[in-house]
Amino acid sequence: MSMTIIYLAYLVAASLFILGIKGLTKPRTAVRGNQLSALGMFIAVVVTLFDQNILSYEWIIAGVLLGGAIGAVMATKIQVTSMPQMVAMLNGFGGGASLFIALANFLDPSSATHTVALISIAATVIIGAVTLSGSFVAFAKLQELISGNPIKVPGNKILNGILLISAIGLGIAIVLDPSNINLIYALVAVSLVLGLLLVVPIGGADMPVVIALLNSYSGIAAATTGFITGNTVLIVSGSLVGASGIILTQIMCKAMNRSLFNVLFGVMAEGGDTVDADEVYAGKVTSSSPEEVAMLLETAERVVIVPGYGLAMAQAQHAVRELASVMEARGTEVLYAIHPVAGRMPGHMNVLLAEAEVPYEQLIEMDEINPQFEQTDVAIVIGANDVTNPMAREDKGSPIYGMPILNVDKAKTVVVVKRSLSPGFAGLPNPLFALDNSLMLFGDGKKAIVELTQSLKEAD
Amino acid sequence: MEILLLITLFVVAVFLGVEMITKVPPTLHTPLMSGSNAISGISLVGALLSAGSGAGIWVNVLGFIAVVLATINVVGGYMVTNRMLAMFKRK
Repeated sequence: MSMTIIYLAYLVAASLFILGIKGLTKPRTAVRGNQLSALGMFIAVVVTLFDQNILSYEWIIAGVLLGGAIGAVMATKIQVTSMPQMVAMLNGFGGGASLFIALANFLDPSSATHTVALISIAATVIIGAVTLSGSFVAFAKLQELISGNPIKVPGNKILNGILLISAIGLGIAIVLDPSNINLIYALVAVSLVLGLLLVVPIGGADMPVVIALLNSYSGIAAATTGFITGNTVLIVSGSLVGASGIILTQIMCKAMNRSLFNVLFGVMAEGGDTVDADEVYAGKVTSSSPEEVAMLLETAERVVIVPGYGLAMAQAQHAVRELASVMEARGTEVLYAIHPVAGRMPGHMNVLLAEAEVPYEQLIEMDEINPQFEQTDVAIVIGANDVTNPMAREDKGSPIYGMPILNVDKAKTVVVVKRSLSPGFAGLPNPLFALDNSLMLFGDGKKAIVELTQSLKEAD
Repeated sequence: MEILLLITLFVVAVFLGVEMITKVPPTLHTPLMSGSNAISGISLVGALLSAGSGAGIWVNVLGFIAVVLATINVVGGYMVTNRMLAMFKRK
């Protein structure tokens, strides 16, 4: 097949990717968008097989069969609660693929000849390796193979700076002296360590941002891979993914009132004067029981459920759905208030609740639900903390001041389901817990909700 | 000259990517991410060229590893996105 036809097919594929991403941004067209994008991928792969530079097919067939089988098994077996891990891993594989392509091209005497190709190889090695190791740390944190808490690395910022500068230095050395093969090994090693250290200090609650960012990196790595051989479809699709990933990262940062820089370098907002938790809570926290809350719910006309990170951790989404059904059967209106960063990755809570068959119309976005809290009888907060902290609205000195929150404190009664009074990832006490209209229901999220449902059923 | 064309392509595609993702409902953030992640598996094209090239066994082996990783990315990405979207659809 001539190069002209191949490149025209690449153009078709790139167009399908654009239509695909566009489709994925609207609920009505999302399924079709994903199919168009898959069709584009199919076309790009098939025409590449006719490229005259491909001389043998053994390795290709073996690789596609093996990768296809692993990918298909992963996609069908994975639990919806584990979706963030899955995406983290796929990001890592994407970055890893680009890394190995760069290495293969470096060893290929006909490929790594001119300066542009060498610069692209060095860049791909750095971005690909950072994406690979960074994604695996993210995966390990989400899978709880290692602690999800921020891990302090002494001199983190300086160390990362040194690693980044060494990586760029090594990259330049490779371009100047491509015959020295040890340089590329050193570059791989330095970049892998850099990826590791970039993600290790980041806490579990910042994971939505990290996954979005690594997604962007895997796209950029594909784009730089395209520059090695001047492959247009790689450049276009890679940069599309890279750019859209950055935008999604920004949306996440805004929702958490964090700057991208701070998340990247593991900097937490410094609290000016530390607020004493005992002072906030002393004698003002009212503890409650499932029976008591059930009595409140019996007479409630309108209940808003506020699910958070903790609900995903406790895998309590089905239990919550059950509680909602019981309330609805009694004629109570039930809605869910979804904060933009609820869950462990962007939009994760929506997927979790969709899996538990919560009707889509009951999931209400923050801006829409906030004015409605005043007409709400009971707000049930499950596993959410910082996103309900009124200090973000009222206390100008607070590190989280300005973060958009759900105004649950405006509801007539707030029920907070939580293990203890321990702070959220911002490390701050939450005055919400001490309000007169707040009731604390201490315990494991899932167990508490099941008991609550039981009590409500028995009330009849 | 060719490199300038490629850079032009790159920059235009970046702007396009930024412009496309403006108002996405939060419900679609996860599928959008896994779906665009599947697209970054386009590096499979580069992997195929290395795995099938006549440049020696090591180039082929590295290419093979890249093909495996990229195919997991592509197949896993599209399938899991489809699975999630199907969950939204049945309502």
